Amino acid sequence: MEMAYYPGCTLKTNAKLFEESAMKAFSLIGIEMKELDKWYCCGTVYSLAKDNLMYRLASIRNLIRAQEEGFDKLITLCSVCYNTLSQANIMARNDKEAMEKINSFMDEEPDYEGSVDVLHPLQILKEKMWEIKERVKKPLNRKYAAYYGCLLLRPAEVSVDDYENPGIMEELIEALGGEAVNFPLKNECCGSYNVVANREAVIEANYRIVTNARKNGADAIVTSCPLCYFNLKDMQKEVKKAYSSFIELPVHYFTELMVEAFGVK
Amino acid sequence: MMKMVRIYIMGKEYKVPEGLTIMKAMEYAGYRFIRGAGCRAGFCGACATVYRKEGDYKLYTDLACQTTVEDGMYLVQLPFAPANKAVYDIKKIKPDDKTLVNFYPEIARCVSCNTCTKACPQELEVMDYIQSALRGDVKKTAELSFDCIQCGLCALRCPAEIAHYHVAQLARRLYGRYFMPRALHLEKRLKELEKGKFDKEMERIKKMKLEDLKKMYNSRDIEPEESEETRESD
Amino acid sequence: MNWLLDKVEELSGENLYACYQCGKCSAGCPMVEEMDILPNQVILYIIRGNEEVVEAKTPWVCAQCYQCGVRCPKEVDITKIMEALRLIKLRKNVNHIKLEKVKKNLPQIAVVSATRKYTG
Repeated sequence: MEMAYYPGCTLKTNAKLFEESAMKAFSLIGIEMKELDKWYCCGTVYSLAKDNLMYRLASIRNLIRAQEEGFDKLITLCSVCYNTLSQANIMARNDKEAMEKINSFMDEEPDYEGSVDVLHPLQILKEKMWEIKERVKKPLNRKYAAYYGCLLLRPAEVSVDDYENPGIMEELIEALGGEAVNFPLKNECCGSYNVVANREAVIEANYRIVTNARKNGADAIVTSCPLCYFNLKDMQKEVKKAYSSFIELPVHYFTELMVEAFGVK
Repeated sequence: MMKMVRIYIMGKEYKVPEGLTIMKAMEYAGYRFIRGAGCRAGFCGACATVYRKEGDYKLYTDLACQTTVEDGMYLVQLPFAPANKAVYDIKKIKPDDKTLVNFYPEIARCVSCNTCTKACPQELEVMDYIQSALRGDVKKTAELSFDCIQCGLCALRCPAEIAHYHVAQLARRLYGRYFMPRALHLEKRLKELEKGKFDKEMERIKKMKLEDLKKMYNSRDIEPEESEETRESD
Repeated sequence: MNWLLDKVEELSGENLYACYQCGKCSAGCPMVEEMDILPNQVILYIIRGNEEVVEAKTPWVCAQCYQCGVRCPKEVDITKIMEALRLIKLRKNVNHIKLEKVKKNLPQIAVVSATRKYTG
């Protein structure tokens, strides 16, 4: 099945590794992703004010691009992009008045008809566990803590799984031959954009989450979000400066695990 | 009898002959441009104009030297848009996919409203090049912004307060200096010049008598004219 | 009349009076250590028209993780209330950060989120 692929700005810069490993791994299990010819920064965090239509434009424009190219499914790897595009899509499908205004403002674009579904790969992989198991050449043999963060699971309308007790990534890890450790902070926010103006919040969150994962037996943390990746991995240096007893843990994107287990590195 | 049309300049009504450009019409009305006029050929970007038409809510932007007046046009001249240019030494920058957003973090405010593209008198894909700049694609930004005349109309209209043409100029400079393939034969010739390969010949020519110079010039090797196939169409 | 309550209800679409102060939101909030006014206290501040909440650190530390909204037994989405408090300042053209002072070389995702939440 071919789907429109929306990368998002960070997948083309800091998170190139995420995109490359996803392309390699997914093609082996029949998921074809075709990058949109034209796409725009989705705006990351969704705007929650009822009257703020301006900040929804970017997401709707991306959905129009997918619609124009004839796709009815849009897939994105980044949790934040997934969250924002999904929420915008829900608004587009339910708020006729807002869509009338948005469509009339974007008079150079065709109207968005609500025909595109926004998906995250984990939702698709859930149905493909058998194929994944078949493809494993080098079982992972390590203990991984699946870290979902917040935007993949909340608000409830866009959640890829049960938002208090998700299990998709754990299922994936087990299918790849690894051992998934259950740790209570798996859906606790990493601090998100506080890394820009209020780094202490991220340092504290990092310390809590990484220590908790390690104490529950994890050898590494697995994530699906470039911001979580940055906050949990790149910020570990600063956590070490604040807490000398802190022990670092590696952090990976879930697609890196797939590539390793499929033996296509 | 010449047909006259009604235009408004800074709120005052004037009757000007139909068919004039905005710039010529303003001069007909008695205004003299000492700022905000340049090449008068649509190339320098000095004559940015913002206007409305009678009964039309839309705000239009264009170049005064390229746009014909219409009855009921309500005009305002804006010789330039105030815009901050980042200070940098092009020789010292190590360009990567963060360079553009580091120097101009306001591009992260772009909401993809497309107002800039609609404002551009050169019909460039302004929003697309700002989006390329945000994701660090210097080459695409340089290519899409190539025909920019820096009139500033995009920067004036942008709700995110971006100065698009400054971002684009940095992208083009980075591209030209760090990414574009170099002209190797030019570098080779420059080295030959520095090593003095042509010094003796230059000295000889400088010392020649005028008649000998004329003879040498008239009997020089002339490259054959381009064949029909390679000549650009007229 | 309480302009603060009116404004927050208008921007967020939430019914603040539904809150019965159980405190689940504050209990689940990951950023609560950095806050000066707790999420459940924020609701009372607004209902009582206490403008200190607009000047507080709380709305700016909120990471928009939706944990509070998803756990509230009365389905009050405090995430939207926090956004309303931020917008009260931002829409008056008072930005929370100066873009030129932001650290360089952060991933685009971080810079864009910060511009969306901290600048108007």
